[in-house]
Amino acid sequence: MYDSLAEAVAHAEAAQCSLGELALEAETRDGRRTRAEVEEALLRALNVMRGSVARGLVGDVRSVSGLVGGDAAKVAAAGERARAGSASAAPPTHGLLAGTVFGDALARAIAVQEINAAMGVIVAAPTAGGAGVLPGVLLAVGDRVGADDAQLVRGLAAAGLVGAVIAQRASLSGAEAGCQAETGAAASMAAAAAVEVLGGTARQQATASALALQGTLGLVCDPLGGLVEVPCVFRNATGAAIALAGVELALAGVTFAIPADEVIDAMGEIGRTMDARYRETAGGGLAATPTGRRLARERLSIGMGKGGGNR
Amino acid sequence: MVSLLDIIGPVMVGPSSSHTAGACRIALVARALCCGTPERARIELHGSFARTGKGHGTDRALVGGLLGFAPDDARLRASLELAAGLGLLATIETTRLRGAHHPNTARLTLERAGRSVQLVGSSLGGGRIAVTEIDGFALDLSGAYDTLIVEARDAPGVVAAVTAELAAAKVNVAGMRVSRHRKGGDAIHVYELDAPADEAALASIRALAAVAFLRVVPRVD
Repeated sequence: MYDSLAEAVAHAEAAQCSLGELALEAETRDGRRTRAEVEEALLRALNVMRGSVARGLVGDVRSVSGLVGGDAAKVAAAGERARAGSASAAPPTHGLLAGTVFGDALARAIAVQEINAAMGVIVAAPTAGGAGVLPGVLLAVGDRVGADDAQLVRGLAAAGLVGAVIAQRASLSGAEAGCQAETGAAASMAAAAAVEVLGGTARQQATASALALQGTLGLVCDPLGGLVEVPCVFRNATGAAIALAGVELALAGVTFAIPADEVIDAMGEIGRTMDARYRETAGGGLAATPTGRRLARERLSIGMGKGGGNR
Repeated sequence: MVSLLDIIGPVMVGPSSSHTAGACRIALVARALCCGTPERARIELHGSFARTGKGHGTDRALVGGLLGFAPDDARLRASLELAAGLGLLATIETTRLRGAHHPNTARLTLERAGRSVQLVGSSLGGGRIAVTEIDGFALDLSGAYDTLIVEARDAPGVVAAVTAELAAAKVNVAGMRVSRHRKGGDAIHVYELDAPADEAALASIRALAAVAFLRVVPRVD
């Protein structure tokens, strides 16, 4: 797969195709898999994503610690209230973006991450900790425009291409480079996927990816107790929001002064010099706040005790 | 070479590829060494597995793997509750293993049909694993290949005899390692293969005079 978005955009422009189409072609070039096999694997991933979203939106699942769960359903319910037109309530029970593609993306991103925290089945995209952003954005945008499976699969392929470039130039690991490499990378991938589904150009896809990633540069990985719960669930929601901002700007014709590849390189450079406290060790950031430490002690049962048997 | 499907995937049970998917794969290797679901399992968690293993469901992933559940099997979540009904009595404890170990490491001691096997495995991130010890022998097994484990007398020509059988079966060796406790004692050979060896080849290897036992560990996806 490509290790440069500039090169990928140049090839896509020469072939007059999208990044998703280019990625599907590139994936079959080494002869290990046919085009049909790649599309089938991505369709399976898409259907698992749909399943995680549907399960998470029900709202009855809690994480192992009980600290997260049920919030996707709250956001989805606010969307329903907005659609029903109950705007006059005081205090308000939803915001101005409830019931829009924005609110839908937040709810779906949280849903997947709540399922992840509860040991449900998800697609790591690019990782388990950042697994909510891409399905959140892609499925919300896809539902809004009535995208078919083939369009959504091309969206996943575009996201995969961006993720592959990030993997090769920087990192996709919170333990190596902080949350910018997980939910940040996922936002960058999701932005390219959404532009794919909306019919934007390859150049707009790369711009949207760059704009999303620049918005997460420096983002630390600071989970309470070292567990994929708080703030991970919510950071998937804000990652989806940043992805949508990148999509809006890129499709409006905004460009970004720093090329996407260089934004990715900057993310890698920041990751390499990031203090270990901010790389999934629970040694800093939110994990080290008084409340973060207390919750880790009380709710996240650090240490497992001796013996036990089947529980 | 990075594939699209490495980035959009794997499909897995959350919440963490290293603490759940990797742990499950370690246990799947252990289960293969047992030739089935063990009757008893002592699970010892070391390092980060000991500190955050419960919150990450590492205990459930390990027990699930011993029961034969794959990393994307939704039953992993309920494995502790399912174990007894499937004939597995597992105990889970924390430990501090001696020597240098990866932070995400577990030691599994299993019994099945009067035989016991002990394995030390580490989860390296992204679901990748390394089994570093079997029955006290140091080795390095990734689970990413069809693997043959041979326990044999430490004598000249034994490795050649085993690989000759593999060659006759047209099976290519992707990697191998031999280790032993002492010269002339028992040695453990690990052969990571590009394709599984057929029954005839396995029977020929088992029939070699120097070979005490042979285990097949199928590739764990």
